[in-house]
Amino acid sequence: MYIPHTDADREEMLKTIGVKSLEDLFGSLPKEHLFRHLNLPPAITEMEAFNELKYIASVNETTENLTCFLGAGAYNHYIPAAVDQILRRGEFYTAYTPYQPEISQGTLQAIFEYQSLISAITGMDVSNASHYDGATAVAEAVNMAYHQFRGKRKKFILSPGLNPQYLETVHTYIPIDGNQFLGEDLPLSSPPSALYDLIDEETALIVVQYPDFFGRIYDYTQLIRKAHDTKTLVAIHVNPLSLGILKTPGAMDADIVTAEGQPLGIPLAFGGPYLGIFASKKEYVRKMAGRIVGETRDNKGNRGYVLTLSTREQHIRREKATSNICSNQGLMTLAVAVYLSLLGKQGLRQVATLNYDKAHYAADAITSIPGFELVFDTPFFNEFTIKCPVSAKKINEYLLDNDIIGGLDLSEYYPALKNQMLIAVTEMISRDDIDALVDLLSEVAK
Amino acid sequence: MTEPTIFELSSSGRKGFEFPKSDVPKAELPKNLLRENLPIPELSEMDVIRHFTKISQLNYGVDIGFYPLGSCTMKYNPKINEETCRLPGFLYLHPLQPIATVQGALGLMYELQEWLAEISGMSAVSLQPAAGAHGELTGGLIIHAYHQARNDKKRTKMLIPDSAHGTNPASSAMSGMHIVQIPSDHRGNVDLNVLKAEADDTLAGLMLTNPNTLGLFDEHLKEIIEIVHNAGGLVYGDGANLNALLGISRPGDFGTDILHFNLHKTFSTPHGGGGPGSGPVGVAKHLVDFLPNPIVTKIEEGTNDNPPLYGFLKPAKTIGRVKSFHGHFGVIVRAFTYIMMNGDEGLREISEHAVLNANYIQARIRDSYTVPYDRICMHEFVAEGRWQDAPEVHALDVAKRLMDYGFHPPTNYFPLIVHEALMIEPTETENKETLDAFSDALIKIAKEAHENPEILKSAPHSTPVGRLDEVRAARDMILTCTFPEVSE
Ligand SMILES: Cc1ncc(COP(=O)(O)O)c(C=O)c1O
Repeated sequence: MYIPHTDADREEMLKTIGVKSLEDLFGSLPKEHLFRHLNLPPAITEMEAFNELKYIASVNETTENLTCFLGAGAYNHYIPAAVDQILRRGEFYTAYTPYQPEISQGTLQAIFEYQSLISAITGMDVSNASHYDGATAVAEAVNMAYHQFRGKRKKFILSPGLNPQYLETVHTYIPIDGNQFLGEDLPLSSPPSALYDLIDEETALIVVQYPDFFGRIYDYTQLIRKAHDTKTLVAIHVNPLSLGILKTPGAMDADIVTAEGQPLGIPLAFGGPYLGIFASKKEYVRKMAGRIVGETRDNKGNRGYVLTLSTREQHIRREKATSNICSNQGLMTLAVAVYLSLLGKQGLRQVATLNYDKAHYAADAITSIPGFELVFDTPFFNEFTIKCPVSAKKINEYLLDNDIIGGLDLSEYYPALKNQMLIAVTEMISRDDIDALVDLLSEVAK
Repeated sequence: MTEPTIFELSSSGRKGFEFPKSDVPKAELPKNLLRENLPIPELSEMDVIRHFTKISQLNYGVDIGFYPLGSCTMKYNPKINEETCRLPGFLYLHPLQPIATVQGALGLMYELQEWLAEISGMSAVSLQPAAGAHGELTGGLIIHAYHQARNDKKRTKMLIPDSAHGTNPASSAMSGMHIVQIPSDHRGNVDLNVLKAEADDTLAGLMLTNPNTLGLFDEHLKEIIEIVHNAGGLVYGDGANLNALLGISRPGDFGTDILHFNLHKTFSTPHGGGGPGSGPVGVAKHLVDFLPNPIVTKIEEGTNDNPPLYGFLKPAKTIGRVKSFHGHFGVIVRAFTYIMMNGDEGLREISEHAVLNANYIQARIRDSYTVPYDRICMHEFVAEGRWQDAPEVHALDVAKRLMDYGFHPPTNYFPLIVHEALMIEPTETENKETLDAFSDALIKIAKEAHENPEILKSAPHSTPVGRLDEVRAARDMILTCTFPEVSE
């Protein structure tokens, strides 16, 4: 499909090239493996493909038909209709990385505005043009800290409150050779102060999460002050939506901020594509990975935008580059830029407040059922951990029979926590949904 | 033409979106955790739409015209893909939902794993990596883990041809390898003598792009792979150039141990202004256990009455996960749609015509531009944007001048082994008229380079902005808009 050549075109083109047939073009390839039949289903037309995919999609049960209390790194939020209208513009989505700025000002300006919006909500000086997702952004923060100290500091403190998938990704990315990871084995109930004793002159970076995986919000100002005593860097991984109301990492003097950008206008889509947000203080910009857009002027003095500081990058530095990243999440940064522009100051506050209020209503209602209690008494945003009288697995099966996707069964990551569940409540959940959940939880606990 | 920034368009008190009123009581957030100001813009929905529509019009994309950006395979992005990936049954799935509720999605992923394995001749495929470079990193980590598992710990040397893309050495370095560059010979192949000399007992592997970035199928492919294997190394294939090989020949059949795919190149998913891509990784039999965690598997075979049950599997010696969740599912659905609509013959036709188109342009411009490795090319070729008798003109000037003729320029200054490189990849979706118009423009520009070089040096003349001052951008480091004065 999608090949426009007529027989006459082909003939003429082959003649110009000076060969007789299409097969002749592959004359230099080893003959024994040439033109093997591929065992694939026979080609079908657009109409047939669409029908088949509609059928495949219909086999799934979705958050449209089920009430979703599942979060754990991906959240069910409303996306204003205008966001996808902009993403569907061919001028945006059929372009590539803006290597030629004169004909890429749309992409470049959108990224520049995205960088600005990320700086504004995180309280940081600069943002890059994205990483693949929250997990890889955290891994790149570890990488950046390693390079910031030229490999001389080999200790990395990872909070036990980090999303376990991020922890796993960091361990995949960073070779153990000589490096030491501390902190992640501390009891899950440890407050930030539990990390103080681990910090020393050898420590390159501390990574904490805000709100953390279990939903808890801590003010990391003290931790950061302690870390800076030994010039240790601190990265805070945030839920960016929470920053509609929460104190910024910048106000805590964080050095690096990473985030999973999905809550800001990106559909759940079974896990991707999402967006890795990465911001930092200006002094670290030359060690930052990924593309960065800067403002400049053209030869007539007009304002314009270009990819800048690219001597950090793989196409110039090759093995000495700060990262290998090339393609990033361009279109997802556009989604976030449009989402934040639409919501504006009031909208972002409103959605963050709705999440906060609904989650607190839910937590109160659930913990009023005998046998259910909050595991931590720390403030939380839109997600919290509860202890149940029976296993989370049993509860979730019962809920699913009643068209509810329950919270994350924590035993999937922490086998000892059989009775604990992480519940997320977003603006998509109504009071009635919560009341219905509470009724079912009361039944299943009996 | 310039458009104000979204911050400059802001007016305090405006709203572009409103959420419903709360149906629960207000909860108090501790004061010490509250943020002070929130300096983001305030616009109406129409302001926002006009702003982004206006700036979109400053862009060039495949939907507008010819985009022969070498190595990037800027083929047409079929519109049906944009519909299928947004079907509600795909869009509204939480990645951690119980597997019983996502059998359609898992089945689709399982099929795509199988199809990519069949297309490439690899044994198993992971769909998790997010882009080509991410696939390379995954591959490097697999190579590292493989040697470690065999207690062969001194193998940390990765050989990389000098024609390779920058991500190859960068990814290898990130996976803990040290890099040794292998030169190309005068035919554009890997230099066998240097390869042999480096193939010792510290060899971890070779990263090979084939066809290479000159658009040439290496004439000694079998020998190269033999040399590496005999020395105990593994061969990694950068699949960026797979658009030349669909249904033609399979990297796995030649002994490639690991290969990444770029769904955003070969399999028609859009480039999105720089992403998202998707970089699945395929491996040969002996490496299946090392794949990233998790892959999709059949937990129970189907019967006549029941479909199979799909689920996740953690490979026995996995390198671990390389990102959250299961990969760029939205991109995976698009590639799945594309393969469904092409089948065996369709895929072969894609590569045949991609190669036909590249050779056609090469033949048309050969008299006006130096083609340093002048033989039948694969899906792309590299010309030089320089002439001895027009010394002031560079590839960059040719590239900028092409914009005045309405085309996106080819890749320039890559591969590094060609001086003033112009790397041209037309793809199979372009018709002869377009190829002719582009070739004519290139020929005209070659003439201009000799007769009126100034018109090239000052190009482009017809774009929304003129040549931009990159030195100034790096010096000034203006990386964000100016935030409005905050009034709370
Ligand atoms: C030959 C080659 N290898 C690797 C890559 C990296 O792929 P990605 O941008 O998807 O990370 C590219 C991208 O342009 C490429 O051309």
